[in-house]
Formats: sequence, structure tokens, C-alpha cells
Amino acid sequence: MKKKYSIASILKNSLSNNENWGKMWRNPSPKKHYDVIIVGGGGHGLGTAYYLAKHHGIKNIAVIEKGWLGSGNTGRNTTIIRSNYLWDESAYLYDHAVKLWENLSEDLNYNMMFSQRGVLNLAHNEHDIKEIKRRVSANRLNGLDTMWLDKNEVKDLVPIMNTDNLRYPVLGAAYQPRGGVARHDAVAWGYAMRADELGVDIIQNCEVKGIKTDNYKVEGVETTKGFIKSSKIGVVASGHTSVLAATAGVRLPLQSRPLQALVSEPIKPVINTVVMSNAVHAYVSQSDKGELVIGAGTDGYNSFTQRGGYDVIEETVRAIVELYPIFGKMKMLRQWGGIVDICPDASPIISKCEVEGLYFNCGWGTGGFKATPGSANVFAHTIAKDEPHKINAPFALSRFSDGRLIDEHGAAAVAH
Amino acid sequence: MILIKCPYCGYRDQSEFTSGGEAHVIRPKNPQSLSDKDWGEYVFYRNNPKGIFYERWVHSHGCKKWFNVVRNTATDQILKVYKVNEKRPDLSEFENTLKSPSGEPLVGSGNFAVKK
Repeated sequence: MKKKYSIASILKNSLSNNENWGKMWRNPSPKKHYDVIIVGGGGHGLGTAYYLAKHHGIKNIAVIEKGWLGSGNTGRNTTIIRSNYLWDESAYLYDHAVKLWENLSEDLNYNMMFSQRGVLNLAHNEHDIKEIKRRVSANRLNGLDTMWLDKNEVKDLVPIMNTDNLRYPVLGAAYQPRGGVARHDAVAWGYAMRADELGVDIIQNCEVKGIKTDNYKVEGVETTKGFIKSSKIGVVASGHTSVLAATAGVRLPLQSRPLQALVSEPIKPVINTVVMSNAVHAYVSQSDKGELVIGAGTDGYNSFTQRGGYDVIEETVRAIVELYPIFGKMKMLRQWGGIVDICPDASPIISKCEVEGLYFNCGWGTGGFKATPGSANVFAHTIAKDEPHKINAPFALSRFSDGRLIDEHGAAAVAH
Repeated sequence: MILIKCPYCGYRDQSEFTSGGEAHVIRPKNPQSLSDKDWGEYVFYRNNPKGIFYERWVHSHGCKKWFNVVRNTATDQILKVYKVNEKRPDLSEFENTLKSPSGEPLVGSGNFAVKK
């Protein structure tokens, strides 16, 4: 690795007013041909390029991004990381990611600000308790560090929470101490920088207009910067994946919907863990800057407009204020929406398809950020070897015809 | 926020309605003879276009009646509302505002990373 970030480099650059930091990656024009093209320059796509170059020895790779790096859902999520999913397949996949997160700052020599501050999933009624306790047991059988906390233990962790005097009282929670948050931009930038060093061409502001195939074999992509040839194409375009798949004649079981989030004005540290609640639909954490990061739900209809409806925010803020009366008079600074691709079983698709050389990593729905390194790692394996890694083998497209669904609606946290 | 013109009640806020997903999906007449793949297609696969989309809505906090809507999913503009027993309008009736399949419309997109 060429660029080392260290205390010495920070001191040195501070003397020149921080004006002499070099560019983190090149800005090349596309070549005529690549061995692998990744469509989508978010964390998953850039990570895939990085692992392809680092672990699989493929150097002639392009990452093509419509806007700027991380301008899609990588920059639009609430940065929550956890792996407390119900089924074995999901637990392996998401915990693979958490394990990679734990060493990612080291691996990329770039600070991910990964903070394992713990994640709470609240239970508000008898059914929640049963569902969450079942999930805690399933997690423990899979070696995850999830545990059940009763109301008083929750109150000890989050003293500002109103546990009793509300319509749906807090009765307990699942707690995963290894969960936490990370800095979303750093993930895209860290992977981009190191992939670029390994020779990956990152092509920004270049829209893929279609995937060209011939007799069930990919030939390349038509872009706003001309046609680029490749025999292997990985599509990691979140909400737009199904639209791009359609240009290659492939149908995917995805529906694209806006998912909103919002942040408040910065305040002093008041909540040092991540609290999520399915039942009243509120989740909140506090960023290092002091803003409350609040995740709202998805809009109830398909849309590609990156904003979302006001009623969805209203519902979430109502729940937040009831759960934390102390936030009642806070001002919200920003709100945004990202287009998420939702699968019928709330689990992702990391798979080959009927077109040779065309690979999809999609369907992450409302919870893709947490899986970024794990998803990129197994997707790189799938592309390089032309067969899935054993972790992502169950997440094949074929599960929608053979019925081996991985239903994670309970663990997905955002109702959809 | 969208205003939807219910064919029975008139303009109401979208929060009064529930989306029923894609319209005009027909249940196969011969489920016994379908392959697993075809049956999976019917159960799990729905069109997800960026642009003109035929969809069903129900006025769940109003008259509780179902109806069909043609909406541009790139802008959320509602192009036509028609009752379930009316004929499906032809795609050529509507103007597609997108130049490429995953492009952004000039008006109505929230994607400022791409819009200049």
C-alpha cells in the first residue's frame, strides 16, 4: 500500500494547511476492454473490485458509477452494523461481514470509524418477546453474541428511554454487543483507494445504459462514454439493478422503493448504543458529530425518486419522541431517501443467472450497508470462480423457483 | 407526497391509500401443469420499471375500493386513474421522460448526484 495514513502524515499535512493531500484515486477514461466490469460504485461494488484484485489476481477491472462514488445507498443509510439474523444462512453471511468490519481499518489503512457500541432490538409486546427470544436462541446456536435483556437492563444501557409510560411499553430487548456503526463514506473511499492502487479503473459520472448479450452470453456494457467490452459483468446497482437486468433480458424478483432517513442538530453525547424497534418503527443512534441518526421506513409503493413521503417520517418521529421524550423539542437538520431493491423474502441475491458471465449482487433491501465487506468478498469469489462461495450459495436466484426462501422479515427491522 | 384521485372519492392524500403492486398480473389458468420456474415467476416476480408503471391501489382509509393507476415511477407523476373494469390503457398513450433505462428525468427526480 502506497498511501499510509499516520499521525506523522497528519502532522506533516497540517503544516501546509491540509492543501497537499494527494488524490485518493485516478480518474481514468475507460479502456475498450476489461476482464471484469462492476456496475455500481458503492461500497459493495468497490469492495468487490478490491477483493477481485487482491484475492483473485484479476487486475483488469473497471467500476462504472452513474454519479460520484457512494452517492447511492452507501451514502444514504444509517450505518448500522449487526449480524443477529434468524436463519443459519443469513447469520453466516452477515457475521462474515462483521468479522471483516472488525479488521477493515487495518486492512485498508483507512479509518472506518467502526464503533462496536452494541445494537438493541426492542420488544414491545408478547409476540415481540417470543420472536426476539427465538432469534436470540438461534443466534447463540450459530455462535453469535446476541443476548436477551430485560426491561431494567435496557434502561441501564439507555437511561433516557421511556420504557413504561407509552402506548407500547418496552418489555425487553435483544442485544448484540459486537454490532455498531461505521462511517459510510470511508467504506466507499477506502475500498476505492486500495482498489485503484491495485490497478482497478474507477469511472465516475458514466451511466450504464444497457448490458449487451449475445445468445445468453454477455458481451459488454453500453455507457454514456461508449461501448466497453467484457466477458464478466457484476451488477451491484441497488435500486436500479432490476432495470439494468431487464436490458440483458433477465427478470429479477425485486421491487424498488424509497427508504428515508434523517439527522438532527448535533447535541452532547446522550445515547451510546444503537436502538432499533420493529414494532413502533423507530431506530436511532448518535453520530460522532453528535447528530441523532434516525431511520424511517420505506414508502409503500414503487418509486425511483430519491425523496419519499412525509407521512413516513412523521410516523417514525412520533415513535422516537414517545420512546425518548427528551428529544421532543429537537430540530431535524436533513432528510433524504435512497432507492432500495426489496426481495420477496427480505434476503439478498448474490448469484449467477441464465446469462453466462452476468452476476448480480442485489436485493439487499433496507439493510445492505452492514453486509458491505462480506457481500463484496463473496461476490468477488462468485465472479472470479464462476461459482458461488459456500456462504452465498443459498442466496441464489434459483431459490425463487425451488422454494428455499430465506425469510428474514423479522430480522430486517424495517417493515416492508 | 402524492395526491391520488380516487375514482369514487376524488383527490386524497396518498397516506389514505395502500399500494397493491403491479396491475394486470393474471393468475395462470393451469397451475397443475406449470413448471416450478413458471410458478415461481407468477408468485415472486413483478415488473419494476423506472418510468411508466401499471399498478393497483386501494383506498383503504376511505371507500375501500380497488382501482388501477398508471404512474411514472421516475417522477411519481400520476398519468391516469381507471377503474378495475375499464380497459388497460395502451403504453403509447404516455410519454416516457427517460432517455435511458436507468437515467434521470429533467423534472421530478430527487437524484442530485446525477442531475446537473
